[in-house]
Amino acid sequence: MDKWDKPLTKNIRSERAFATLTDYRKTGGYQGMRKAITELRPKEVQQWVKDAGLRGRGGAGFSTGLKWSLVPMGYNGATDAHQTRYLVANADEMEPGAFKDRLLLEQDPHQLLEGMIIAAYAIQANIAYIFMRGEYHLAAKRVENALQEARTEGYLGKHILQSDFNLEIYLHTSAGRYICGEETALINALEGKRANPRAKPPFTVVSGLWGKPTVVNNVETLCNVPHILQNGVEWYRGLGRGSDTGTKLFGASGRLKYPGLWELPMGTPIREIIEEHAGGMRDGYKLRGLLPGGASTGFLLPEHLDVLMDYDAVAKAGSRLGTGTMIILDDKTCPVRMLLNIEEFFAQESCGWCTPCRDGLPWTVTLLRDIIAGRGRIEDLDTLAGLTRMLGPGNTFCALAPGAMEPLQGALKFFREDFEQYIPGKLAAGGED
Amino acid sequence: MKNQTEKSSFEGLSPAEIQEINAEISEYEDKMAVSTEALKIIQKHRRWVSDECLVAVAELLELSPAHLEGVATFDNLIYRQPVGKTVIHYCNSVTCWMLGSDQVRERLCRHLDVELGEMSADGEYTILPIVCLGACDHAPVVMVGDELRLDITEDAVNEILGR
Ligand SMILES: Cc1cc2nc3c(=O)[nH]c(=O)nc-3n(C[C@H](O)[C@H](O)[C@H](O)COP(=O)(O)O)c2cc1C
Ligand code: SF4
Ligand code: FES
Repeated sequence: MDKWDKPLTKNIRSERAFATLTDYRKTGGYQGMRKAITELRPKEVQQWVKDAGLRGRGGAGFSTGLKWSLVPMGYNGATDAHQTRYLVANADEMEPGAFKDRLLLEQDPHQLLEGMIIAAYAIQANIAYIFMRGEYHLAAKRVENALQEARTEGYLGKHILQSDFNLEIYLHTSAGRYICGEETALINALEGKRANPRAKPPFTVVSGLWGKPTVVNNVETLCNVPHILQNGVEWYRGLGRGSDTGTKLFGASGRLKYPGLWELPMGTPIREIIEEHAGGMRDGYKLRGLLPGGASTGFLLPEHLDVLMDYDAVAKAGSRLGTGTMIILDDKTCPVRMLLNIEEFFAQESCGWCTPCRDGLPWTVTLLRDIIAGRGRIEDLDTLAGLTRMLGPGNTFCALAPGAMEPLQGALKFFREDFEQYIPGKLAAGGED
Repeated sequence: MKNQTEKSSFEGLSPAEIQEINAEISEYEDKMAVSTEALKIIQKHRRWVSDECLVAVAELLELSPAHLEGVATFDNLIYRQPVGKTVIHYCNSVTCWMLGSDQVRERLCRHLDVELGEMSADGEYTILPIVCLGACDHAPVVMVGDELRLDITEDAVNEILGR
């Protein structure tokens, strides 16, 4: 059997085309599902995925197999058939700068379905939902069509592959907001409630949708699963270049020669992505900094170009891998204005549930606006730094506000002069006002 | 601005609307779960959700109108005011902003002589901002009705508006 080095995108030929069921099966599609359901027990599937080292591609990087193993499965590993469990694919992709799940949904929808069938089997869920942002119309059409095909083929429904495993998958399209992607807010949204996050614990794996054990996984995470089953744990582990395993969709946007999205080994150096794949900066522009994994990750600088894009290496450099889709800051874009755009997004998308975020983000925006308008004072920079702590991890109900503070925190350090040049009487290098 | 004519002419949800909403219910443990989808079905038929429609949907789903209003006002893509036949959403998130979303907005609004959120005089268009559309490698990006349009230039704006 062929072993692919780009398992996630091997069926994707061009930006316009998409893989049909026939295309998908031609490259081994639905064989991972067959292996899982006919040869392995649910707990064994969990173990495979854990051993493969797959970590959540939604941003937090939690071990997928470990997450599945936290779902209560009944006594002694025997499945309690009366216990309802749910699986949810998180297709809410809305983080500014992130554009990876849309490709997987639009261009190879069966890959997601196969991943979901295996995941649902592993946690013995009989109902699964795909929670998709409302703007992804083409993706919704293709996924709905793929669901019909999978039902006709008997990959969904009762007694899948003559086993006693039953599964139905429903597509739920949202109309929502960025916060709907946070897994507990997503569950509220799916139940038809306002999408405020829920208190944790209890964690969703124990009490999620309608109070039942629920696993929420990112689209890209689930798309990795069929290949682990089809080609094995050792093969999967061998795909990574750094300490993490598998491949990853990496993207880069901004003033680059060829902005784009590429499937590359986990642990590919940032330099290689920017210089080889994206062709470097457009003529006349220089690289000033980058947000490695979307708008909620902290700045890295040109001196970090040799950092490997994997969870641990990016964290060690002071940022987060996040979604793996980087936003490039060039030397002709003002970092303060860029930050204003980013903080306006977070202030607008805050769900308003907890005070630090509801009040702190609009305050951040006001301060940035005042600074840019020439009404700022040098003390405002300390206030902003104070806000990055006040809205930081542990002080808010969910991770939206801490995420909003990540780019600001670094910017205050790395681009201090850019802030100061707006402040009357504080022009850098003692210039005039 | 609420559309006043809607009030007097509202004669309840149509059989098609009711049937489509009911078809969604079977997918969930609880009717409440179709709140958003029901509002989207209304919009498919009427473009926006009037107060009367909201109350009618709440009744159908056995929810309080306040609950449904809470969902409707929270969601970015539910319109509680009349919108044009085609809504053009332009992305104003970070990469599109860097690559010219302000100009895209200005061009769209100037061509149609509207402010954001307003309906064009011929009732054809409404321009609204939207967060990152997941196509940042093709910034700036707009969504015309259901269709994503990439790498928007000045010519592309003219072409979209058919002039
Ligand atoms: C504000 C906020 C928005 C999020 N949006 C998304 C999203 O759009 N898609 C996603 O997969 N995860 C999103 N997440 C992360 C999810 O909460 C969750 O960690 C993830 O879906 C788990 O899947 P994984 O383990 O496969 O990564 C978001 C988190 C926060 C705090
Ligand atoms: S941090 Fe912000 S988004 Fe999260 S619960 Fe609090 S108000 Fe809502
Ligand atoms: S920032 Fe506009 S599509 Fe992502």
